[in-house]
Amino acid sequence: MSGGLYTQLLDLACGAFLLAAVIVLWRRELAGIIRVFALQGVALAAIAVLLGAHEERWDLTAVGLGVGVLRAGVLPYLMRRALAALTEDRQRHGTGDNERRETQPLINVAASLLTAALLTLLAYAVARPLTAVHPTPATRALPVGLAVVLIGFFVLVTRRRALSQVVGFLLLDNGITATAFLATSGVPLIVELGVSFDVLLAVLVLQILTTRVREAFGTTDIDDLRELHD
Amino acid sequence: MNAALLLTAPVAAPLVAAGAYALAGVRPRASAASLAAARTESRRQVSAQGSVLVAQAPEPGEAPTRNAPAWAGLAPPAVILACGSLLATDVVDGGPQRAYSGLLRADALTAWMLLLVGAVALIACGSAPAHLAGERAAGRAHDRTTWHYHALVQAFLAAMCMAVVTANLGVMWVAVEATTIVTAFLVGHRRTRTSVEAAWKYVVICSVGIALAFLGTVLVYYAARQAGIAEAWALDWPTLIARAGRLDPAVTRLGIALVVLGFGAKAGLIPLHAWLADAHSQAPAPVSALMSGVLLSVAFAAILRYRVIADAALGPDFTRVLLASIALLTLAVAAGLLLAQRDYKRMLAYSSMEHMSLIALGTAIGSPLALAAALLHIAGHGLAKSVAFCASGHILQLTGTAKIGRVRGLLARAPLAGGVFGLAVVALLAFPPFSLFASELGIARAGFLAGGGLAWATAVALLLVLAAFAALSARTARMLLGPAPAPRTGPEATAAWPLVLGLAACATLGITPGPLADLLHAAAQAIGGH
Repeated sequence: MSGGLYTQLLDLACGAFLLAAVIVLWRRELAGIIRVFALQGVALAAIAVLLGAHEERWDLTAVGLGVGVLRAGVLPYLMRRALAALTEDRQRHGTGDNERRETQPLINVAASLLTAALLTLLAYAVARPLTAVHPTPATRALPVGLAVVLIGFFVLVTRRRALSQVVGFLLLDNGITATAFLATSGVPLIVELGVSFDVLLAVLVLQILTTRVREAFGTTDIDDLRELHD
Repeated sequence: MNAALLLTAPVAAPLVAAGAYALAGVRPRASAASLAAARTESRRQVSAQGSVLVAQAPEPGEAPTRNAPAWAGLAPPAVILACGSLLATDVVDGGPQRAYSGLLRADALTAWMLLLVGAVALIACGSAPAHLAGERAAGRAHDRTTWHYHALVQAFLAAMCMAVVTANLGVMWVAVEATTIVTAFLVGHRRTRTSVEAAWKYVVICSVGIALAFLGTVLVYYAARQAGIAEAWALDWPTLIARAGRLDPAVTRLGIALVVLGFGAKAGLIPLHAWLADAHSQAPAPVSALMSGVLLSVAFAAILRYRVIADAALGPDFTRVLLASIALLTLAVAAGLLLAQRDYKRMLAYSSMEHMSLIALGTAIGSPLALAAALLHIAGHGLAKSVAFCASGHILQLTGTAKIGRVRGLLARAPLAGGVFGLAVVALLAFPPFSLFASELGIARAGFLAGGGLAWATAVALLLVLAAFAALSARTARMLLGPAPAPRTGPEATAAWPLVLGLAACATLGITPGPLADLLHAAAQAIGGH
């Protein structure tokens, strides 16, 4: 692959990766958010595969494909199943319709998008010393990974539905994985496997907990979790 | 002895036990009768949400045979203790031991932490049968949950041992994250509103914290790769220390800050500490004992490892300022919340934050005396706090409430549980002869000897500790003293030996570390106290 084409494709994949995170902030329907998250998984896999193809490291390409299967296939599937389980029994709780939407995020959409822009600028400022150490097309795209980490954190603290919080956590994790790929072409295989396994388990745990929250509280609005305080 | 065997056994033994419990749990699930019982049980629990205790008639004819598998849970802690002590003699005599081309490695810090994990696990697993019998009598536990409980606790022990015996910082991260996943269901064990809420907060906050630690790990790896370290060794702790001088300072600084914040979340330090009191108050008592007694310090051991790298790469000032400010802020929050506390399990949880911040302060000071005192404090706190939590679980079963205001005259009503709880709190208040007295004295001395800003930080810390002391002692005295509100009903059914043993160990450490003195100094040296 020629250098110019590689750089352009890499930038395209990184752009799509960042854009997906911003669209998550914009959408209200949980089903739509999950679809966008799956697309982001595809972009992440594309970044890894591009890096692998460029450096002619086939193990990296394989890891990228594995990451793609996990983040664009398995995790969205798990979340869709959790969403279906939550909306299914609307007779029992009478809140089925509410479960499908992020009712009222703490910060409205316009302000969220503006915050995302500020967070991206912050990521570029923070990442300057990182890029300066070893400037290549890949490390120049590092701020994108950090920006997605920050946006994921923002989603996590401002959204109220249990499932949106899970998406926030996963955005954060996608951002970290992207940073790992862009900075160092991925951490060693054993660690990458451990991380993927941990993320999968964390999502399974959160999925089970979501249904338990619903059983105990009758809704998945995290604002209702107020029994424990000092 | 064979290093590979000694390093593998502490992880493998609890893992095998966890597998055995999980398999055994499948069997009773298959029988139709217990399945039906489980269903009614879970329905009953859902309907009982919110209320702390619902008295239920004990299920007849179940008690005696059930304890046999519970006692089998004591084998892995014994293995961990044995391997820890064998490794301790090996590392004191012959330096660090390695196995599997450096993936597993034991130095003095590893041996110290293994001994502590084994001892605290012995206390927690030893008091588990009595705790579970009590839960069963109250109708809050049945066959399936009991098997789950044992399997998860053993997996939890395996993950903690893995985090301690590996030299690969990436594998250590994976192990610490695994503890979060395994304990999530233990925190939400009872499935009431409060415990589900605690479990949710626990998973979300700890996963985010630990994700930040992973980002930090990635940045350190990036710096190591740029410094020319080969891929296979770029996360190897001894390699990183040996070549720390070549790491890029700006990247390392960002990485270390993220790592300290991330593992600090698991260690109960500011700013991601909000899960701690909720999780510790909702988890079953022996699990709280393990989480507070060793999980916090295992996470802190990760910070200790990274601190050595940071000091070699950036000089000592960076981690000193970072850790000292985090320690003081955590201490202030913990002392403030202790003063306003009305729930005794939460009170113990905030006391854990107080002690973790003292350990962080000792680490910030960083002289050999301070590091040895911090390690001794880790051990003393682990022993005393696990005893306190196990005793508090018994008090909860006895009185049916976690409110301090509703507990009166414990010493008259239940002398054994009340006495052990009182002595454990006395140990936590750092009275002699318990080892926390020696370690707090050591940290304070080292702080004043260091002079400058650290002396001021130590003075402020001592004032805050005094506030926490007043709060803790006044509330415990309220609970213990006074006439008994209800007559004693028969002999107490608590297994007292693990708790008494724990207190005795804590007191012995305070009088003389004995054969452990060499290990303690070697461990302080391994984490940078030259």
